[in-house]
Amino acid sequence: MTVFDKSTEGRTGFFLPKEESYGYEPSDVLPENSVRKESPLLPQLSELQVMRHFTGLSEKNYSVDGGFYPLGSCTMKYNPRLNERIASLEGFSQIHPYQAEDTVQGALEVMYNLQNFLCEITGMDSFTLQPAAGAHGELVGMLLMKKYFELKGESNRKKVIVPDSAHGTNPASAVMAGFEVIEVPSNGNGRVDLRSLGEILDENIAGIMLTNPNTVGLFENEICEIQEMAHDKGALLYYDGANLNAIMGHARPGDMGFDIVHLNLHKTFSTPHGMGGPGSGPVGVKSILKDLLPVPVVRFDGSKFSLDYHLPNSIGKVRSFYGNFGVFLKAYAYILTLGGDGLKRASEMAVLNANYLRTRLSKLIPTAYPGLCMHEFVLKGSKLVSEYGVKTLDVAKRLLDYGIHPPTIYFPLIVDEALMVEPTETETKEALDNFADTFERILSEAKEDPNILKAAPQKTVVGRLDEATASRKPKTRWSKDT
Amino acid sequence: MPGFPYLPQTSRDIDEMLEVVGVKSVSELFKDIPEKFEVDISIPESKDEFSVLRDLSELSKNNVTLNDLSVFRGAGVYKHFVPSAVQAIASRGEFLTAYTPYQAEVSQGTLQMLFEFQTMICELTGMEVANSSMYDGASAAAEAALMAVRVRGGKKILLSEALHPEYIQTIKTYCFGSDIDVETVSFDSETGQIDIADLQKKLTVDTAGFVLGYPNFFGIIENLAEIRTRIGEKTMMIVSVNPIALGLLEAPGKFGADIVVGDGQPLGNSPSFGGPGLGFFASKESHIRKMPGRIIGETKDSDGRTGYVMVLQTREQHIRRNKATSNICSNHAFNALVASIYMSIVGSEGLREIARRSFDKAHYLTERISKTDHVRLVFTGPFFNEFVAQFDCDLEEFNRGLLKENILGPLELERFSKEMKNYGLICATEANLNEEIEFFAGRLEAIR
Repeated sequence: MTVFDKSTEGRTGFFLPKEESYGYEPSDVLPENSVRKESPLLPQLSELQVMRHFTGLSEKNYSVDGGFYPLGSCTMKYNPRLNERIASLEGFSQIHPYQAEDTVQGALEVMYNLQNFLCEITGMDSFTLQPAAGAHGELVGMLLMKKYFELKGESNRKKVIVPDSAHGTNPASAVMAGFEVIEVPSNGNGRVDLRSLGEILDENIAGIMLTNPNTVGLFENEICEIQEMAHDKGALLYYDGANLNAIMGHARPGDMGFDIVHLNLHKTFSTPHGMGGPGSGPVGVKSILKDLLPVPVVRFDGSKFSLDYHLPNSIGKVRSFYGNFGVFLKAYAYILTLGGDGLKRASEMAVLNANYLRTRLSKLIPTAYPGLCMHEFVLKGSKLVSEYGVKTLDVAKRLLDYGIHPPTIYFPLIVDEALMVEPTETETKEALDNFADTFERILSEAKEDPNILKAAPQKTVVGRLDEATASRKPKTRWSKDT
Repeated sequence: MPGFPYLPQTSRDIDEMLEVVGVKSVSELFKDIPEKFEVDISIPESKDEFSVLRDLSELSKNNVTLNDLSVFRGAGVYKHFVPSAVQAIASRGEFLTAYTPYQAEVSQGTLQMLFEFQTMICELTGMEVANSSMYDGASAAAEAALMAVRVRGGKKILLSEALHPEYIQTIKTYCFGSDIDVETVSFDSETGQIDIADLQKKLTVDTAGFVLGYPNFFGIIENLAEIRTRIGEKTMMIVSVNPIALGLLEAPGKFGADIVVGDGQPLGNSPSFGGPGLGFFASKESHIRKMPGRIIGETKDSDGRTGYVMVLQTREQHIRRNKATSNICSNHAFNALVASIYMSIVGSEGLREIARRSFDKAHYLTERISKTDHVRLVFTGPFFNEFVAQFDCDLEEFNRGLLKENILGPLELERFSKEMKNYGLICATEANLNEEIEFFAGRLEAIR
């Protein structure tokens, strides 16, 4: 039942202070056609009804708080509640972006310090916190490339290279900055194929976008060679920080020769995913690009923090104000709590957890690539099809019946029937064992009766939903008649 | 071993796990990283949560909070009364710590909530379809400009100069990326509304869309009916709205808007120094396949039970990659939840009352201003709850004085335009009680 079905005319959960009106009637003052004739149909409920409606909805959700959430490339680690508490302090949550600078020195200090922490963690020279999400950061990175080559008089560089294992946002972001995307294939070891890369690298390439470790959970161990090849041809190297959780505190993209980096504070730095967002996608650059960053940049003169809008070569703004400040606070608190030592430890435990789970699961179905992994790994589900007659999707749905969220499925595209598993460092060994045991149980079910998997899930509030019809004839809003 | 928060591995766990993996040490797991990149980062040592809380609470006191102020400043971020239940419900971990609803069967809470959110946005804007959120109003407006070019072809976008300056900057940046020409249309210096003659002059056959604010940045209500007629059907009318104003103003959909966007911060979200709020994005059914962002639809499961799924995913980057309608992946679903709870509590009557009070108080302020010679109402056009006043004193100094009396005064428009020295943008909402209005009006009248 939707919130609209529960609505009753004349009911409300809202009262305003009792006050006299000054007597200005919209219909007296405004042009006749500007005054709304028909009220928007919002639900009319008591506060308790609203509370119950949304509590009911929340109970239909899987969450990190509720259970293991090993989504590859999503870094579903625990979201510490200290961070939520800090972000909701009124001195942070109740401030206006256009207050005078001397009344928001605390906020600017947080931003300034966070920028510096991120520089230190990534080995970059300068950071902007403005992008609202990872993909938004990618767009900023691509716009920086475009502007950089425009200023250099190399507007011929209209192409960007992206590995075939890349996140879909990479090519989509490059296109939004006006670039043509060229795919470079992966080699048999799951890394960028250097020979193919050499063949497509020329003076028309603006940059290469890499995720490192990449989306199959492997470190691009030929990064030095890639870096040299790119820079020899005058191209820039872009680091997609989606997988920084694997190397945080151990190695830095800046040292590897990356020119532009975006981070996902909602992955690596523990801020909650909130059903899809808000995230935050800060972008770090080497000094050659620092004057091109979006405005404003936070400065500190030794006594006072300020916002600097005077970057003549800035790409401009990519959103209003300064970014998702509420998210910065959570990431900042996380960095302060874990400290340099804890950040390093976190990535170590993320990699250990992943390798432990990989070892256990690889006894059941093969991994896409042999050997050690970083913070995540990819299983090749094609064996499910050939041996058990079930698909990766069926295993995923059956996991739901056991109260476990499935891994990312059918990504990366280069692995057949892929299952991409990222346990994160905040899971216990018991949780990993439980996942492996459950996986094993599901495979034995598949052996006995594959229909159990094909009919899954059975224990969820709804079964498999008809997505095809939903997209063919989309019904995207509630209406009275139906 | 130091006890790091959030890391559950005991030394025994670690030994057992290393043995299963078949390596001797954790560092062996990092062998693919060339040794020369091994680094010790210089970040302060770990701290207990109580110390971090104490330090950051202290730091937060270096900010003056809106809770301690009478706020007469809006300009895109507004102080409204927010019922306590909004935060109480939204903070549930089942919402906060869930991922994007890719596994629909265990995400029905998220999906139904977003379906309801889309419905509410359609209702507010008078449009047929809405997506499940964007980052903010400015980026939503920029995405709308790109969509207009996708739908209509052409390579030019017109922007009202009376659109929020940060929206103008954002749209220009996006258009730089997509090689779209941008031109601005001036406003009438008398009324504060679009200069129709200038609009017609700049309108060409390759103009894909015209973006304007409703109310515009100066609080002025544009004549959407006339603008719709003047720009013709070939150019998309893209309207950026303040959602609260739509409790009282006619919905842009009624005037034939093609895309309506806006910022959802006023719908129960904290000001939070400008983010995160949310963007909303609504359009016509016929354009749904060209829209950016996630869209939720209703469907059935195999037993005929109603459920919700993400629809038309073939528009999106994870499927369509370089041919996607947008690169957006993370959105602002959590802020859409906050907005949904807020709208469910205030209801249609509540929203109208909030809008009516905001309108009433702002208009009363202009009445008071009309009695002083030192503050002048700049535009004659109809307005909602914000208006521009010219001060014949130093506005920054005036504001510093106000701050001492716990008032956040008019926004100095000089920060956007040198010609607007001592022009202030004044805002009133239902959260300005009458006694605050009277006090502030008194301060305006006291200017000499």
